[in-house]
Amino acid sequence: MNAQQMVEALKQKFGDAVTGSKEQCGEHTIGVKLESVKQLLKYCHDELNFDYLVDISSLDHFHAEPRFEMVYELYGYGHHQHLRVKSLVSEDVSVPTVTDIWPTANWHEREVYDMMGITFDGHPDMRRILMWEGYPFHPLRKDFPLAGKESELPEVAFTGIAPLEGGPFVTSPGACGTVDAEPRAKRFET
Amino acid sequence: MTATAPEPVHAAYDSKIEGNIVITKLDAAINWMRKNSLWPMPMGLACCAIELMATGASRYDISRFGAEVFRFSPRQSDVMIVSGTVTYKMALAVKRIWDQMPEPKWCIAMGACASSGGMFRSYATLQGIDRLIPVDVYISGCPPRPEALLEGLMRLQKKIDAEHSLMEQKRELIEELA
Repeated sequence: MNAQQMVEALKQKFGDAVTGSKEQCGEHTIGVKLESVKQLLKYCHDELNFDYLVDISSLDHFHAEPRFEMVYELYGYGHHQHLRVKSLVSEDVSVPTVTDIWPTANWHEREVYDMMGITFDGHPDMRRILMWEGYPFHPLRKDFPLAGKESELPEVAFTGIAPLEGGPFVTSPGACGTVDAEPRAKRFET
Repeated sequence: MTATAPEPVHAAYDSKIEGNIVITKLDAAINWMRKNSLWPMPMGLACCAIELMATGASRYDISRFGAEVFRFSPRQSDVMIVSGTVTYKMALAVKRIWDQMPEPKWCIAMGACASSGGMFRSYATLQGIDRLIPVDVYISGCPPRPEALLEGLMRLQKKIDAEHSLMEQKRELIEELA
């Protein structure tokens, strides 16, 4: 069974819970309501043999409702198929953990919590993973400035605001010559 | 009975001492000793640390300058080589290690990140280690080549050579007694 057929099977099995699906460049994405996302992921793991959780990430659709979106990247070593599962999350809503399905989700979910501020129900160790405990912000949210904000936690850490004269500094891989490719303040015509 | 002939004694010239006396200033002697046996504290935090290791290895051979004794204990080291990106999470740990190093101590900020934050103008990166600890030598580059680190080390040696700490102590003592 290839990814296309799996998406069809998931649509049949979960019916109204599936909000949509998309295929682009051979990559299959399926959207699902948050209430059913864990059920669907468990089905993917148990029945569709997606034994490898590649990554969990999250999006911030700032000013949209619901604001956040969870993204799960699945892969199966047996059938070599790739599937992306997406689910929209409102602010102040917890997402069910998938650590009991794929133990590797532990650190991925901690990163999502640290960077985006989405909490996970049933997670065994819901702490920050990159920033320190007590850091007051979630840096990957769209309303957080790239230069950072000031914070102070005595004896642990402090942060300041980075100078961004002319920035942000953009890398252009593949550009001709070092000057064009290396990170510099660049203005792009839109 | 044969007696060994005594060594001839010259009033103006003693061959027993010849070649064993160096006349210098105490400051100069101390500086010479300090600058030629700098024990680095390798604060390797990112890719610059790879160049630091290359500098310590056989091809570039930092021991030519007497700085080959990398110490992982701050209490035994003289110069902290901050090589790499200092994140805010690591910053106070670097400061703490610096505080544990005994005087006299020096600091080399190796590479763009340690000197100024480098390309990481972001919420997570300290914009230069000189915001926390005093830096003696800045080395440009991303990362700097081992030759650049050796050049920085030689600059530091020149700086140490120009110190006159003992003279200053003496002057302070004289002023105190006066």
